[in-house]
Amino acid sequence: MMLCKLSLKNIRKSIKDYAIYFFTLILGIAIFYVFNALDSQTVMMDVSTSTQELIKLMMTILSGVSVFVSFILGFLIIYASRFLMKRRNKEFGIYLTLGMSKRKISFILFLETLFIGILSLIVGLGIGVLMSQLMSLVVANMFEANLTKFAFIFSPKACFKTIIYFSIMYLIVMIFNTISVSKCKLIDLLNSAKKSEEVKLKNPYLCIIIFIGAIIILGRAYFIVTHDFLSLREAQDILVPIIMGSVATFLIFWSLSGLILRIGQSLKKYYYRGLNSFIFREFSSKINTTVLSTTVICLMLFVTICLLSSCFTIKNSMNENIKKLTPVDAQFSSLVNMEKHYDAFKRYGYTDNQIKNSHYSVLETFTLYDFDYKNYLKNYIEVNTYSLPSLTFKDTLGSNYEAIKAKNSFLTFDDEQDIMKISDYNKVAKLYGIPEYSLKEDEYIIVADFKSMVEIRNIALKNKETINILGHTLKPKYQECQDGFLEIASQHINTGIILVSDDIISDDYLYANYLMGNYKTTKEKEIREIENKINSLTSNPLVNDYLLPFGNTKLDIKEATVGLSAMVTFIGLYLGIIFLVSCVAILALKELSESSDNKSRYQVLRKIGTDEKMINKALFWQIAIFFLLPLVLALIHSIFGIKFALSVLEVFGNEELLSSIIITMIILVIIYGGYFLITYYCSKNIIKERN
Amino acid sequence: MENVLKVQNIEKYYGSRSSLTKAIDDLSFEVEKGEFVAIMGASGSGKTTLLNCISTIDKVTSGHIYVDGIDITKLKGNDLNKFRREELGFIFQNFNLLDTLTAYENIALALSIQNVSPALIDAKIKKVANDLDIKDVLHKYPYQMSGGQIQRVASARAIVTLPKLVLADEPTGALDSKAAKMLLEKFNYLDEQGATILMVTHDAFTASYARRVIFIKDGKIFKEIHKGTDTRKEFFDKIIDVVTLLGGDLNDAL
Repeated sequence: MMLCKLSLKNIRKSIKDYAIYFFTLILGIAIFYVFNALDSQTVMMDVSTSTQELIKLMMTILSGVSVFVSFILGFLIIYASRFLMKRRNKEFGIYLTLGMSKRKISFILFLETLFIGILSLIVGLGIGVLMSQLMSLVVANMFEANLTKFAFIFSPKACFKTIIYFSIMYLIVMIFNTISVSKCKLIDLLNSAKKSEEVKLKNPYLCIIIFIGAIIILGRAYFIVTHDFLSLREAQDILVPIIMGSVATFLIFWSLSGLILRIGQSLKKYYYRGLNSFIFREFSSKINTTVLSTTVICLMLFVTICLLSSCFTIKNSMNENIKKLTPVDAQFSSLVNMEKHYDAFKRYGYTDNQIKNSHYSVLETFTLYDFDYKNYLKNYIEVNTYSLPSLTFKDTLGSNYEAIKAKNSFLTFDDEQDIMKISDYNKVAKLYGIPEYSLKEDEYIIVADFKSMVEIRNIALKNKETINILGHTLKPKYQECQDGFLEIASQHINTGIILVSDDIISDDYLYANYLMGNYKTTKEKEIREIENKINSLTSNPLVNDYLLPFGNTKLDIKEATVGLSAMVTFIGLYLGIIFLVSCVAILALKELSESSDNKSRYQVLRKIGTDEKMINKALFWQIAIFFLLPLVLALIHSIFGIKFALSVLEVFGNEELLSSIIITMIILVIIYGGYFLITYYCSKNIIKERN
Repeated sequence: MENVLKVQNIEKYYGSRSSLTKAIDDLSFEVEKGEFVAIMGASGSGKTTLLNCISTIDKVTSGHIYVDGIDITKLKGNDLNKFRREELGFIFQNFNLLDTLTAYENIALALSIQNVSPALIDAKIKKVANDLDIKDVLHKYPYQMSGGQIQRVASARAIVTLPKLVLADEPTGALDSKAAKMLLEKFNYLDEQGATILMVTHDAFTASYARRVIFIKDGKIFKEIHKGTDTRKEFFDKIIDVVTLLGGDLNDAL
């Protein structure tokens, strides 16, 4: 009972000193709960079955991520609790000299961990449940669903999972504590406070050489990931710049710790002003002892920043792409003149009748099925595409064919190219709200938006390769592909359409008929009904004789993308925030313990008559520099890291980079800044004179 | 001679109403400019409390303390800090140098917090280092110096700002006898240069370097003796006589 009382008192005493540790525990538990309870938030949303499938998939992935997260949090908790235990060596020494057995001390620690664990779980879960109510708004917004009703949601499953995971972590902490107590010696415990700090100065020339070397290594790594990343053929090749970057980061901090003081001292006027010499010294001794952990924190911050901004970019670009690339509600196409390519279509599995009967437009086909699609449409247009056996991809490349083929052997070069009359294309462009073009008799334009294809085609266009259509020789109007597309999609997938003057091509070469338009209704429910009707046409016996038009609809594309982008965002947020909290918590703990170690220094400053304002300023700058240093380098890393991530994830587009960087910065400022302020105020409390 | 320090009927109580401890009980004395005064007393006699009150680290319960005509018991907040850094110099028993700074930087700090321009700082430090014979250790860290050297650096820091009054709290408490002697001789030298020093000690040998010794017992002045024209040895014997008279506990400290 006595031990119980003792440990309870210890906790009450340390809650004030180690507020940061408790705060981090509670935050970790709350975040863990929120992300594991995400699916329960979707219950009250009005979403289609396909979205529900996506949510299920997302939860499976998130629970996998949770295992990883629990490892990170586990390491953080073990690190922090060991760190805090070290600071209590003297207390344990007193217990031991009073004759308390090591087993009893272990028991005190066990009880403490138990109490802290229970307390943090209760508070953390409480906050988590409240936070997840807010999260339901985010979830609804992410899936672009309407909140049908608001209800207070509690997920027993997530709650149970959180308790299990954190109990295991606390159990490991208890085991670690017991081991370290059983290993310690009394004399070390009592003497641990009496260490006088030795100031080791590094050779400045060595520091300069290493600093320059580190910069060169870092520059090389940056170069590899941004300009030379095509040389990274295999997945493990990326390890090279990563290792180079990490080593360079360590060396930069190592050499900076030696240089920073010298730089300060050489600025005599500045160094001997106010408490500047004190700030410089404090900071340099701090960074001297924490080079490795500063490096780890810097790298973790870097990963966090890249993760968050890439995820947001993917999400934003996806949503933005949908807006741009699906300007109409629906778009259908019917193949015509299929018998021209009888063998090929036969191979794809089309029936003889389907191939033979292929000379109906989209609307005509729907009419055959006794389905009056036109009736549902507010406005629509019909256009055609053409193709020629004498105009394949190879033919458009002209003299560049061999060189391009050597580089891109995986492409098929004998595909017949889609050709459109300029007037048809302009009709589409007008409806879509994209640029329209004009042409002379002897000119052609290629519109495309699939980036790597655009690059290949631009090689030929730059050489002004002419193409031959039914005896007309056409030269390119522009020396590069123009932006544009015909089929609506979630991403940029138009590999190229050749636009020519209207009278150059005749209906003999028709390839497909397109219909695009908008529904009369704007209600999602009614649109879904119409589209369900189209889908049900597949059960009509006519399908074997008359090919049903292929279709893309805005609603379909949206649902698929929204689910994917939500998944990416949540995983990014989950990992990013946990990473950020972990490293900033370590920073804060270190700083706080420094403050209590250096309390006596601040008392000296006070005794010689330093103003309170000056002391606070010194403390502020010291902590600020300590927090900023890893962040600044991490930000520089991130510029290149994000560039690389975006070039890998090119398909998704990177139009929305700026806004996602801003969101990332906001998250960073809130969490990092928040911890910084808490650390500053706690430190201020610690160094306050206690009379 | 003008008074640098004037302590007037001060009292200091500790504890609550039920268990009151009078640490200082109606105590008055004066220190003239250029004097070197030692305050002696056993542990618990109130000498450290007295020093804390003069140095504004602690507040008196009643009475007034004037330094250079200013009543420091009325000062508050930043005025206190300003007073401390501009009018007082401190030398403590447990050294109190900042261990991350070199001797030079420790001394410079006392000047830089008074916003002395960096150009002047160097000259002032050179001068004081010469006086206290610490030129060789200026660029060493506290852990690289001996206790005597540290205490002389601390003294240099205390006087470099030319304070009205230097307060020393058991300055020789942690020094061996040789280092103590050297430090006290430096105090005498500073005294000759015109510094006013008030030193608290329980050691008769240390006190014998002062020109006047005030004995305190139970928060009151017990006796006051002047060195006059005595040699240090004779003055030491006189001090011992008083200590014997004081009885018991202070003897232990001899």
